[in-house]
Amino acid sequence: MKKTFGGPAIVLDRSDINTDEIIPAKYLTEVTKEALKPYCLEDLKLEGFDANGEVLKKARVVVTRENFGCGSSREHAPWVFEVNDIHTVIAESYARIFRQNMFNCGMLAIELPKSDIDALMLEKDANGAIDIQVQLQEQKVVAKGNGQEMSFVFEISPFDKALVEAGGWVEYADARY
Amino acid sequence: MGRTTAEKIFAAHLRDEPFPGTKVLDLDRVLCHEITTPVAIADLEWRGKDRVYDNTKIKAVIDHVTPAKDSKTALQAKILRDWSRRHDIKDFFDVGRNGVCHALFPEKGYIRPGFTAIMGDSHTCTHGAFGAFAAGVGTTDLEVGILKGVCAFREPKTIRINLTGNLQPGVYAKDVILFVIGELGVNGATDRVLEFHGPVVEAMSMDARMTLCNMAIEAGGTCGICQPDMVTVDYLWPFIEDEFANKEAALEEYSQWCADADADYDKILEYDVTSLVPHVTFGYKPDCVKPASEMSETKIDQVYIGTCTNGRIEDLRQAAEVLQGRKIADSLRGIVSPATPKIFQEALSEGLIQIFMDAGFCVTNPTCGACLGMSNGVLAEGEACASTSNRNFNGRMGKGGTVHLMSPATAAATAITGVITDARSL
Ligand code: SF4
Repeated sequence: MKKTFGGPAIVLDRSDINTDEIIPAKYLTEVTKEALKPYCLEDLKLEGFDANGEVLKKARVVVTRENFGCGSSREHAPWVFEVNDIHTVIAESYARIFRQNMFNCGMLAIELPKSDIDALMLEKDANGAIDIQVQLQEQKVVAKGNGQEMSFVFEISPFDKALVEAGGWVEYADARY
Repeated sequence: MGRTTAEKIFAAHLRDEPFPGTKVLDLDRVLCHEITTPVAIADLEWRGKDRVYDNTKIKAVIDHVTPAKDSKTALQAKILRDWSRRHDIKDFFDVGRNGVCHALFPEKGYIRPGFTAIMGDSHTCTHGAFGAFAAGVGTTDLEVGILKGVCAFREPKTIRINLTGNLQPGVYAKDVILFVIGELGVNGATDRVLEFHGPVVEAMSMDARMTLCNMAIEAGGTCGICQPDMVTVDYLWPFIEDEFANKEAALEEYSQWCADADADYDKILEYDVTSLVPHVTFGYKPDCVKPASEMSETKIDQVYIGTCTNGRIEDLRQAAEVLQGRKIADSLRGIVSPATPKIFQEALSEGLIQIFMDAGFCVTNPTCGACLGMSNGVLAEGEACASTSNRNFNGRMGKGGTVHLMSPATAAATAITGVITDARSL
């Protein structure tokens, strides 16, 4: 199934957020994605962050720093975002398995340089809220706070783009191999 | 231009290159455990594609929580068990025969030099110790692996790590890899393979090489790789003796996977380990490391010896050597979990289990258990654990708990004193 991208963003201003923080191991006993829904980012160690707060509930995009999703290979991390309607993560960089898991699920793990992430976070701080639109074909992220609109171009490998367009790796591989 | 081990394996397994830089590889092994596989199985069923590409290349084990601790983990085990029966997966390991995946599968001889393997588990990088390319993947990659026998990768670059000098007595592969991760940082090897070379690696047993490769992911690495040599052949010999006239023939065959002298590396790092001392982690990232002797103020509530990093027979021997004739501190609990039934039996017949029990340790069945905070030794809020595992993330072994990673010898010494202790100071 193809996904929609963009919407209100939540900012997680820290590097090396690991998959245990995104979804703790004790919930890995669930055998459906839907059951993970209440536990999104439950163990995240970050000042001012509230895993039960409205900001996370409304978020459709995560904006964060370096090496996001490091640690375990659990696809429960992208899934807990997926079932909370967060289909886009924008970070300075990712751990390999997490990044691949996002694309394999037909979701977007967008990389932007530090200066762009800084600008997004500044805008969020100034306005308290930020809305992000993703234009996949143009490979562009457009961000609106109260201030002026900002747009950033991102790189995506043709393979990752094909996975998003196909709706994920199972669909792509099944049609091809 | 010569090629690295990973480049050779990629070239030999290339099925497709749908876009430049994306390589779809044929898989020699698809390894499964009960935490990440059931969702893949359920999805295949939902899609009406409940098939497997090759039931001899798929291996499965129940290891993370076993025997089941509650209805949910019992269901996970049952899904894997039923699926293995349905598809006649002969190499399926259930209660009584099961052990920690990255110790059990190598012990069964399933991983050979030049192989490609995936598993829905980040520490699959362990199997690179055999000169294979083995990578942790998520459930979707696993699902496609099960169904089609392929996996897509961006071809990783390789960082070559030359380990020179001599390890001092009481300093082990765990100390080396903790030190290396401290140097590289937690994302210093992202999208890279770590290829280990040098006399220190050549002198290491397969157990020690697996410890080294196990933690490549803790620096972000896709796989840790050692060069296949006579140590590799000796280890595999019981499984391959019908395939080769003699060990030399096996060595010659496997040597094709060794990196070329003129291979092109992303980086070459050299460390002389002669002055290396036992290392431990502090904080919540595996690259936060320092000498054990600098952490002697840190009080510990639980010592955990086991896991895919350090639950093998040599690890138990090293810990038992420290524990022999001693008792653990009243202030803490000690738990030891031999990684497989074979290791458990060896430890029994060598008298190691007796030493652990005399010292006051609880001995559990082979399982991941406390390593990921799921059973057999979960920490309470505010507690600290000295562990031979590979991850010290916040809450990893229980919400609000702290984990200090270290070698089995350091963990054993810590058990005796109650605070983090360099075993050489006892
Ligand atoms: S022992 Fe720990 S790190 Fe190793 S496979 Fe089990 S849970 Fe993962």
